Amino acid sequence: MSDIASRVKAIIVDKLGVDENEVVTEASFTNDLGADSLDTVELIMEFEKEFDIQIPDDQAENISTVGQAVSYIEEAKK
Amino acid sequence: MELKRVVVTGLGALTPIGNNISEYWDSLIHGKSGAAPITYFDTSLFKTKFACEIKNFNANDYFDRKEVRRLDRFAQYALVASDEAILDSGVDLNVVDKYRVGVIWGAGIGGLETFQNEVIDFAKGDGTPRFNPFFIPKMIADIAPGNISIKHGFMGPNYATVSACASSANAMIDALNYIRLGYSDIMVTGGSEAAVTQAGMGGFNSMHALSTRNDDPQKASRPFDANRDGFVLGEGGGALILEEYEHAKARGAKIYAEVIGGGMSSDAYHMTAPHPEGIGVIAVMKNCLENSGLKPEDVDTINTHGTSTPLGDVAELKAIKQVFGEHAKNININSTKSMTGHLLGAAGAVEAIASILAMQNSLVPPTINHETADENIDSELNLTLNKPQKREIKVAMSNTFGFGGHNACVAFKKMEE
Repeated sequence: MSDIASRVKAIIVDKLGVDENEVVTEASFTNDLGADSLDTVELIMEFEKEFDIQIPDDQAENISTVGQAVSYIEEAKK
Repeated sequence: MELKRVVVTGLGALTPIGNNISEYWDSLIHGKSGAAPITYFDTSLFKTKFACEIKNFNANDYFDRKEVRRLDRFAQYALVASDEAILDSGVDLNVVDKYRVGVIWGAGIGGLETFQNEVIDFAKGDGTPRFNPFFIPKMIADIAPGNISIKHGFMGPNYATVSACASSANAMIDALNYIRLGYSDIMVTGGSEAAVTQAGMGGFNSMHALSTRNDDPQKASRPFDANRDGFVLGEGGGALILEEYEHAKARGAKIYAEVIGGGMSSDAYHMTAPHPEGIGVIAVMKNCLENSGLKPEDVDTINTHGTSTPLGDVAELKAIKQVFGEHAKNININSTKSMTGHLLGAAGAVEAIASILAMQNSLVPPTINHETADENIDSELNLTLNKPQKREIKVAMSNTFGFGGHNACVAFKKMEE
């Protein structure tokens, strides 16, 4: 797992209170990991803080799975 | 229309002197103080360095990690206290009509710590408003009753009352009236507060409202004592299940007491100072007697607001003499704040619970820490000083008054068929 992926995973485990094993690439924040609309906003903000990036709202709407978050951040950090 | 009778069928408490009803009562009758140096933050720059914090409370014992992050402490206390009360009531949540069960909850402030920490974070930043999405829903006072209803599916009336230190007394009175009027069968009511924070201590300190007896915290809350120097901030929650009498009887519920009425009034005088003649306090006790169908001589005990402030205590006792006349001397007057500290919006609930337990046990908890008589207080009044007193109680009243001049008083009666 890349460094980014493991940091993303750690944030999700912490904020959503889920088990590490559940945080797989295809897992959806809302459908699989029990996030509600507020949790999702908080996750995005945590990603911004952790990786020192800005994720505009229209981009954030497209980040709904663990894999999408990792790819977005990897792209942004290039 | 005829008003329905209302009874208390469940109790719950999370207080600085006990984390459930039985611990709370045990401490009350043993005159235990809940005051101690503050553990939540560094108090070295604060004028007052102690408070009545909840002890041995670990949120993770009650909530999962995600819930803990979503709940300010005042909402955690609300859920813990109301869970105990609901369980105690024996209400079967699978058969009760949840549209007929409501929650009216008092909080004087709400999520003060959440507010404080979010604003501190904002102030440390570059001005970009990066507020946590849970900031507002964690902080608002009505999230406590909101969360109680979400947890249990109660779909009846649901809101918070905010009248500073009278908040949960107002909540109980509203809950009483909704059942009396036939709108609900059961109301979960009470209040919670968690203001032992830097903002809370600093704010009350700057008003000169708090005791600064840092060398002896346990002796600091001393209502009616000549050397009292302000209140001691407390925190926690108290919950009562109020239920329509026939509804309670039909399910064979145990009944603690009947709630026979409530009084409300305003001082209309000053933002924080009590009226020197106590006119609003006189009015609230008279209202309560009238609303409860009582004569002054019927009252056996009054758990006073009695915060241990120089002005408030004297004004309240003067008002009691005005309202009750000669009978005032026969009343067991006490202030359980001498032990719990002042739980602000939760005070009305935890003190009403103390009154109900006193009635149940025929024992009035003491006003501890009394050493020196105050010459402004009539020595003929029985202030239940330092030791509990045995007393058959038919009727108990509980007073609470809040900044803003809000006064509320609730009356309970021993259950009779």
